Amino acid sequence: MPTRGFVGRRPNDEVARRLPPGQYLEQGFPVLSLGPTPQVDLATWKFTINNGPRPLKSWTWAEFEALPRTTLQRDIHCVTKWSKFDTQWEGVTIDDLFAAAGITPPTAYLLAQSYDGYDTNIPVADLVGGKAMVATRFDGKPLEAEHGGPARLLVPHLYFWKSAKWVKGLRFTERDEAGFWELRGYHMYGDPWREQRYTNDP
Amino acid sequence: MTTAPVVGRLGWQDAVVERVLHRTSRVASLFLNTTLGAHEAGQHLDVKLTAPDGYVAERSYSIASAPGDRSIELAVERLENGEVSPFLTDDVQPGDTLEVRGPIGGHFIWRAQDGGPLLLIGGGSGVAPLMAILRHRLAVAPDTTTLLAYSARTWEELIFRDELLIAAASDARLNLIVTTTREGRHRPGDYERRFDRESLREILRNWGAIPAHAYVCGSTPFVEAVASALVDNGIGSSVIRTERYGGVA
Repeated sequence: MPTRGFVGRRPNDEVARRLPPGQYLEQGFPVLSLGPTPQVDLATWKFTINNGPRPLKSWTWAEFEALPRTTLQRDIHCVTKWSKFDTQWEGVTIDDLFAAAGITPPTAYLLAQSYDGYDTNIPVADLVGGKAMVATRFDGKPLEAEHGGPARLLVPHLYFWKSAKWVKGLRFTERDEAGFWELRGYHMYGDPWREQRYTNDP
Repeated sequence: MTTAPVVGRLGWQDAVVERVLHRTSRVASLFLNTTLGAHEAGQHLDVKLTAPDGYVAERSYSIASAPGDRSIELAVERLENGEVSPFLTDDVQPGDTLEVRGPIGGHFIWRAQDGGPLLLIGGGSGVAPLMAILRHRLAVAPDTTTLLAYSARTWEELIFRDELLIAAASDARLNLIVTTTREGRHRPGDYERRFDRESLREILRNWGAIPAHAYVCGSTPFVEAVASALVDNGIGSSVIRTERYGGVA
C-alpha cells in the first residue's frame, strides 16, 4: 500500500536495473564496523589458510604481494542499504591463492577471519571461479585501514559484511558455521538480489 | 558475549504514527504504535516507504525508546537533499501508516545484566540508540555508573536536551558531558570542541571509572576519532562497540 504523501526519487532505469531491492545509490564510501579500526602492522601481517585448526599455508606480506594480481570492477551492496557502483579493486583471487597453496578445498564452507576477531561464513563455491579476492588496493591506492586495509576479503555478489575487513585468513569448516553477524540476526548467505538481510529471510 | 538471535522471520508490518515531536530544528521523533516484538536497547528498525507508482525506498533508524515503552520512538534527522528523511520529519502526520520490520541488530545493544561502568559517546543524531540504553538503564538498573559524552554543533541541536539535563541532575551515578563544536559551552565542565584524545582523557579521568562497556555512535569521522582516542587512552578494543551513520538519506 502506498505511504501517504510519499513520492520519492526513483533512480533512472540504468541505476534501477543495477540496484538490488531496498538499496539506494551512494557516491561516497560509508564505513561500517563493529569496533575501533585495528592497526595492522605489515611487518607482522600474515595470511593463513586453515583446515579447521590445522594450518595449510601462510604468507607474509612480501610473499603475498608476490602472488599473481587481478583487478576487479564491481558494484557493492551493504546491508545498511547503500550500494556503490563500479568500485575498483586489486588483489589476489581466491583461485590463485588456492593454486599457490597447492590445495583443493577440503570442505564446501569456510569462515573468513579478521584481525579484530570478526569472522563471517561463505560457501567455497562463492569464492572460486573468479568471484572473490583478497584485496589490497582500492581505486589504485593501498587500501585504507578504515576500509579494511591492509587486506580485506572482497565477495561483491553478497552483502558487504561478507567481505571481511582486516582479513588474516580463511578456515575451512565441515559445516556452514555462522560468523559474527550471522549469530546476531543477519542472514547465513546474504544475497542482495534476494534481499537476504536478516535471519530467515527467504 | 551479548547476542540477540532472531527467531523466525522479520516480516514487514504496519506501524501507525501516534505522534510527531519536533525535538530540534532538524530532528523529529516519530512515535510508532506497532505489534513488533520487544527490542533490545540499541537496536534499529527498517522503514519502508512506497510511492503511488510502486517505487519503494527503505532506510534503517535506531530506536530511541526503552524496551517496554508503550510506543517505539525513532529520532529522525532531516538531511538536506535526502530522499527519505525530509519526508519523515516534515510530511508525516499522526495517523499515517509506515511499514516497518525489526527490531534488528545483535551487537550494539546493552542489557541490564551487562552492567557497568557504562560509557556512552554520541555525535549528533548518533545519540538515538544511546538514549534507548540510557532510558533502559534508568528503568531496570539505575545504579549503573554511567557517563554520556554528547557532541552536537550547538546547544539548540542537542536532541533530548531537557530530558538529559534533568536525568543527570537527579542521578548521582549519571554524568553528562556536552560538547558544542560550533559555539561556546553552556555549562561549566562542558567542552566546545570536537572530542579528541586530550579531552576524552580529561573526561575519563574526571569520571574516575573504567568502563566495562563503551558504545560510540555517530558519523564515520566522529566514530573513527572517538574510538581510536579511547584505545589511545587505554580502553580495550574489545569493550568498545561502534555504530556509524552513513548520513546520506
